[in-house]
Amino acid sequence: MKKTLLAMGLAFGLTTALTMPAFAQAREVTFTTELRNYAGDGAYLALYLADANGRYQGTLWVAGGKSKYYKHLSGWARGSGLNAAEYDGLTGASLASGRTMKITLNLDDALIDSGYEIRIDTAVEDMRDHRADIAVPLTSEGSGQPQAGRGYIQSFQYDL
Amino acid sequence: MLRQLHGLPGLLAALMLAVLAITGAILALAPVMDRAAAVIPADGEVSVAELAGRVVNHYPGTEQIVRGASGEVIVYYYRDGQPGADLVNPMTGDRVAPYEPSPFFIWVKDLHRSFLLDDAGRMLAGTIAAVMVLLCISGILLLVRRSGGWKALLKPFTGSGGKRIHAELARFAVLGLLLSALTGSYMSAQRFGLLPEPVETGPAFPAEVSGGQPVPVATLSALMSVELGDLRELVFPYPDDPQDVYSLTTREGTGFVDQATGELLKYQPRSEGSALKQWVVSLHTGEGLWWLGLILGAAALTVPVLAVTGICIWWQRRRSPGLRPNNADVAQADTIILVGSEGNTTWGFARELHATLNKAGFQVHCSEMNALADQYPQASTLLVLTSTYGDGDAPASAQRFMARLEGFEGEKTLKYAVLGFGDRQFPNFCQFALYVDAALDKKGLARLHPIERINRCNASQFSEWGERLSEHMGVPFMLTYDPLPPATVTLELVERADYGLAVQAPTSILRFKVAGARQGWWSRFLSRKGAFPLFEAGDLLGVMPPNGEAARFYSLASSASDGILEICVRKQTDGLCSGYLYGLKPGDCINGFIRHNPEFRPAVGSHPIILIGAGAGIGPLAGFIRRNTARNPMYLYWGGRNAQSDFLYQPELGSYLNDHRLTGLNTAFSQSDEHAYVQDKLRQDQVAVRRMVDAGAQILVCGGRDMAVGVRQAIEDILKPLSTDVESLRAEGRYLEDVY
Repeated sequence: MKKTLLAMGLAFGLTTALTMPAFAQAREVTFTTELRNYAGDGAYLALYLADANGRYQGTLWVAGGKSKYYKHLSGWARGSGLNAAEYDGLTGASLASGRTMKITLNLDDALIDSGYEIRIDTAVEDMRDHRADIAVPLTSEGSGQPQAGRGYIQSFQYDL
Repeated sequence: MLRQLHGLPGLLAALMLAVLAITGAILALAPVMDRAAAVIPADGEVSVAELAGRVVNHYPGTEQIVRGASGEVIVYYYRDGQPGADLVNPMTGDRVAPYEPSPFFIWVKDLHRSFLLDDAGRMLAGTIAAVMVLLCISGILLLVRRSGGWKALLKPFTGSGGKRIHAELARFAVLGLLLSALTGSYMSAQRFGLLPEPVETGPAFPAEVSGGQPVPVATLSALMSVELGDLRELVFPYPDDPQDVYSLTTREGTGFVDQATGELLKYQPRSEGSALKQWVVSLHTGEGLWWLGLILGAAALTVPVLAVTGICIWWQRRRSPGLRPNNADVAQADTIILVGSEGNTTWGFARELHATLNKAGFQVHCSEMNALADQYPQASTLLVLTSTYGDGDAPASAQRFMARLEGFEGEKTLKYAVLGFGDRQFPNFCQFALYVDAALDKKGLARLHPIERINRCNASQFSEWGERLSEHMGVPFMLTYDPLPPATVTLELVERADYGLAVQAPTSILRFKVAGARQGWWSRFLSRKGAFPLFEAGDLLGVMPPNGEAARFYSLASSASDGILEICVRKQTDGLCSGYLYGLKPGDCINGFIRHNPEFRPAVGSHPIILIGAGAGIGPLAGFIRRNTARNPMYLYWGGRNAQSDFLYQPELGSYLNDHRLTGLNTAFSQSDEHAYVQDKLRQDQVAVRRMVDAGAQILVCGGRDMAVGVRQAIEDILKPLSTDVESLRAEGRYLEDVY
C-alpha cells in the first residue's frame, strides 16, 4: 500500500499545534509496518506523532474502516479526541495478520530531530488492545532502523 | 406460491445454510466452556476496586481488566516488555490459566460470519440469515397447511420418508432457528447500515484531570461503588502519565476515573439502542446465556438434515413427468387427461392411462391441470386424475386449475370423470378431487362416470375404474399399473396352519422364509439379494398372482426380527390371488415384495391399545401382540365363526396371555350358540372401553369393510358420553383402520 499525501494536508494539521512557519520545507517519509502472524481478524492501527512526553500532536494514518472501533486505539483516541477532522483523508483498510503496510507522507523537516516520536496504537477484535504498540523517536539516525513492537507489530521502520 | 417461496431459496442456500448451521452449533459451545472455566463470586461480594487491587498485586504491569459475558475475568498486562493475558480468579487475583483465544474457534467464527471472505462474505452470510427467516416463516405456514391447522402442529404427523423427517425435525427446531436467523439478520443489517446502528463512541476524554499523585487503584471511590458483576472493562492509565485516566465500562455506561481523586468523570449511560444491540448479540451467541446457546446449537444441527431432505423432496417433485412422445395436440385430441400431482405419483397412473387409451385408438392429450386450455375443440372425454394436498388444497400441478376453469369454455358434448388419489387414513380423503368434480359439474359439463377415489395407490382399484371407463367409452381396454414397481424376493413357504374349513371360511396362516437365503449374520453384508427387506407387523406383502395381474396386498403378521414372514389369508370365492396362496404347499415359492405401511402401528408409550379385528384381520394384530415385549396394556377383540373351527392363532394367543404380552382377550363367534359379532362384545364391554379411551387408549381396527363400519358405529355409540368421537380420535392418530 502506497499513499502519498499532499504536503498541505498534514503540514497544515501540524502547524496549528507547533506554530510552524507555513513555508517550511517538506520531506517524503515512508513508514513500513509489518504485523506478526497472530490468529485473528485484521488489525486496526493508528500512527500518530507525539511529543517527548507522549502527548498527541497529529495523526499520520489510521488503518481500519469502522470508526466505532477507534476507541480501542486508546492513546490516539484520547489525543485526537476522535475528532473526525483530525484523521479526515488519512484512513485506509485494516491490516491483516502477517501483512505489511507501507505509507508515504510528506512531513515537515522541522519535525525531525526535534524530540518528536512516532507511536502506533493497535487493536484486534476480540483480542487485546495495545496502546503504544510501538513508540520510536523521529530522528535522522533512526531512519531505516527496524524496531519490534510489543503487541501485534513485528517490525516498524521509517525511511526519511 | 408459498411452496416456491420455501423451496427455491432453500435450494439455492442449502449448502451455505448448512455451513452456517454447523459452525453455529460449534460456536454455541464457547459460552458453556467459558462459563465452566470462570470463577464467579456471589453477587455484591467483590467490587471492581477490590478486584483491581488484587490483580495489580499479582500483575504490576496490568493494562486492562475485562470481564467476559460468561463471567470470566481476563487481565491484559506487560511483564518485562512482553505482553501477556491471563484468566484470573477474582477472589484472589491469582492466575487461573493463561488466556489464549482458541485459534480453532476464531477460525470457525470467521467461517460462520463471513465464509472467510471478509465484508463480501459477511454480506452473503447476512443474506443467508435473511433467507433462513423466510424459510422458517414459510415453513411454519406450510406445516400448518399440511397438518391442517395450528393445533394439529402439536399432534403426531402422518406420512413417511423424507417428508416426514423434514416436517418432524422442522417442528422441533423451527423456533430456535427463527431466533438465530432473526438476530443474525438484525446484526448484519445493522452492520451494513440497513438498520440504524447505535452510536457507541462513548464520552469524550476529559480535558481536565486533577493531575495529582496517583493513589492505589483499590482505593478509588468510583471503582469501589461498582460491583464486579457489572464490570465490562477497566483500562488502566498509561504508566507515569499523570494526565491519563482509568477508562471504565460497565453494564450501564462508560466513564473515566481520575487516578488521584478517584472521581468519576464524564460518565455517559449506555444508550437504549446499544443495550438492545447487546441483547440481540446475546440471543444470537448465547454469551451470558449458555443454556440458550445450547438450545440454539441443537436446533442448528437439524439444518444439514433439513437441507438434504428438502432437496430430496424437491427433486422428487421436480423429476420431469416425462410425457410420452405421442401426446396429441390440444386442437386434435378427442380425449383429454389432466393431472394434479404433488410428488409425481399420480403421473404414473396418468401415463398408463395415456398409453392404454392411445393403444385403444384414441387421440389423447395429457397435461398438468395447471395447463387447462380455454377449450378442447375435438374432445369428447375429459379425465381428471388428481391427488390432494393437506386438507383439501390443490397439489403442485393443479394450483392454478380452479382459476383457469373460470375462463374454460367446455363444449356441452364434453363428458368428464374425476379420479382422486389419496389416503383414507387422512381426514377429508381426496377432498380436492371432490372439489374439482363439483366445479366441473357446476360448469355445466356432464359426468361420464361418478368420481372414484383410489386409496393409497391401490393398483386393483385403478384397474376396476379402468373397466368401468372402458364400458363408458365403448372400447375394450384394460388398465394395469402398479406405481411402485417393486423389487421382489422369492419366498418359500415353510409352514402353514389351516382353519375354518368346516365353517366355509377357509383361512390359513402362511409362514415364509426367503428362498435360498444364506444362514448367518454375514449374509446381509455379502449381498442384499436373498436377505429379508426390513419390515414390521402391519406392513404389507405384495404378491403377484400367477397370471401377471397387478399385485394384491396382505397385512404382515410378523416383523423382520422374527426371522419369518407371516401372513394370514382367507380364501375368497373365485379369489385369484388368495386361491393361489391357499393352494401353496410347504416348499413352494412365490414372488413378493414389501410395502411399508407406517400409519398402521400401535403408538409407542404406555397408553392402553385396543386391537379389534375379525377373520383374517387378526394377522397384523397378532404381530403387534407378539412384539409387545414391553408388556404395555393391550386388549384384543376378535370375531370369528366358530371356536372349534376358525379360532385363528388360538395357541399363540394363549401363550401371549400367559406371559402378559396380551392383557385381555375377548372373542365373538357368529356361528356358535351366542351368535355374536365383535361389535356386540365391544358394546358389552362399553364401560371398560370408554374408560380406556378416556385414559388415552389407541384403537386399531383390521378386517373387512363391513366389519369396520359396524365397529366404527359401535365405538361411536360407546364414546357418546365422552366429549369425543371417532373422527377426533382419528385426527389424533388414535383410531387407525386397515381395511380391505
